[in-house]
Amino acid sequence: MKPAPFQYHRARDVDGAARLLAELGDDAKVIAGGQSLVAMMNYRLARPRHLVDIGGLRELDRMHRDAAGGLHIGALTTHHTVETDPAGVLRAGFEVLKKAMTWIGHLPIRTRGTVGGSMTHGDATAEWCLLAVVLDAEFVARGPQGERTIPAGDFFHGYYTTALDPDEILVEIVFPRPAPHAALTEFAERRGDFALVAAAVDLDVAEGEVRGGRVALGGVAAAAVRVPEAEAVLTGGGSFEACASAAAEAVEPPADASGSTHYRKELVRTLVRRACEEAVSR
Amino acid sequence: MNTDPVATHADLQLVTLDVNGEQHDVITEPRRTLVDVLRHELRLTGTHVGCEHGICGACTVLVDERPVRACLMFAAQAEGTCIRTVESLSEDGGGELNDLQRAFTEHHALQCGFCTPGFLMLAEGFLAERPEATKEEIREVVASNLCRCTGYQTIVEAIDACATARRGACAQRCESKEH
Ligand SMILES: Cc1cc2nc3c(=O)[nH]c(=O)nc-3n(C[C@H](O)[C@H](O)[C@H](O)COP(=O)(O)OP(=O)(O)OC[C@H]3O[C@@H](n4cnc5c(N)ncnc54)[C@H](O)[C@@H]3O)c2cc1C
Ligand code: FES
Ligand code: FES
Repeated sequence: MKPAPFQYHRARDVDGAARLLAELGDDAKVIAGGQSLVAMMNYRLARPRHLVDIGGLRELDRMHRDAAGGLHIGALTTHHTVETDPAGVLRAGFEVLKKAMTWIGHLPIRTRGTVGGSMTHGDATAEWCLLAVVLDAEFVARGPQGERTIPAGDFFHGYYTTALDPDEILVEIVFPRPAPHAALTEFAERRGDFALVAAAVDLDVAEGEVRGGRVALGGVAAAAVRVPEAEAVLTGGGSFEACASAAAEAVEPPADASGSTHYRKELVRTLVRRACEEAVSR
Repeated sequence: MNTDPVATHADLQLVTLDVNGEQHDVITEPRRTLVDVLRHELRLTGTHVGCEHGICGACTVLVDERPVRACLMFAAQAEGTCIRTVESLSEDGGGELNDLQRAFTEHHALQCGFCTPGFLMLAEGFLAERPEATKEEIREVVASNLCRCTGYQTIVEAIDACATARRGACAQRCESKEH
């Protein structure tokens, strides 16, 4: 279908975009890569009266490391830029991000889709949301009231909703510490589809031994979730098998046409074990 | 009286597009997607449109040399970029088919041809970025577009053959430079 009519506004800077959003009110929406929003508008699932295009704000398209080794990703960085990492900023600690990109749709989606757009869209199985949750990312948002930082734990509110106010722009995502032993894996019906279930882990490895770690799942609830039950097994020195079983027992994924609750729990068991094995072998 | 259609109609907008090296001024509604402007306003009907939600890839064009879905982009978003459509492939515009197109013909990589412009632009963009692509990588990239006729095998073979030939030609040029 064709989208409903709207007025198009091109933002010149972040503050101007935020002011415009505040002025235009509920009828306005930000557009970044458009890989979720345009599809929804073509379906008329979304009918904004105004679009504020932030695509030209090149200052939001960059990645850099800080003195502590943390990674800052501008909201407009595309999945494809992360995948190809032209400046090599992901070396030594963030290879997991590069590798995870190959799970997102296909090349022509990744050349346009942005990290910020993925996070803000907030799909329960989106790879970026899962990575943010497992790696304790922080979200830097700017609105007419100024800038604030939101931890990943408070950012995702479930089914396509986040902590961002309608007049706030997500400007940067910060991954505070390197994650050399992290991995993401998933199962989808076809290559490039959204995952049925996705699992990500970030292991603490010292002297060749796993001392603990973080475990997160996508596709089992309204948003990506951490699984403290599975993390406790890792801290207690339990096996990956035991960690995976604890994860499968801890969640109650909703059933739909693609799979029953039982089927998804079995996917959780397999995927958490695989993610752990991949992460430790890094 | 103001006769400027952009000034008098709030729902119309002037969009300047660089398509296949030519500048076009288009006065259109902001809700026009890039693929609709290419087909309806610029009459470049080589680019096809199927699903309009990013799944089929029939609308794939190059924006700044990268393959994108022209159905998931408003024309206004493409201002300031260089757009290339399937019409740009054949040498001297409409004459000789280029090597990629010839490879598609030779390997029977099309039947009805509906999907072909999308696959051609996908492959053109991908091979420019990864000239050394393996057959496995080509297979993976091709998964982004749908073809209901060929079963994909011949498409993979055509792209692989074109990539191999281009690498050969490139190696030859390097060698002749060394001598
Ligand atoms: C065929 C297909 C397959 C896909 N497969 C996957 C997949 O497997 N995994 C996956 O994760 N995704 C997938 N996607 C979605 C893709 O990753 C999108 O790129 C992403 O969800 C949205 O990013 P965008 O830049 O395109 O955002 P847009 O579509 O422009 O915007 C999405 C939403 O975020 C808001 N927004 C965007 N940027 C900002 C910002 N900086 N500040 C405030 N609000 C903002 C918009 O208002 C809108 O509500 C797929 C898409 C398609 C079409
Ligand atoms: S028409 Fe654009 S992907 Fe199908
Ligand atoms: S040749 Fe008919 S759809 Fe591909």
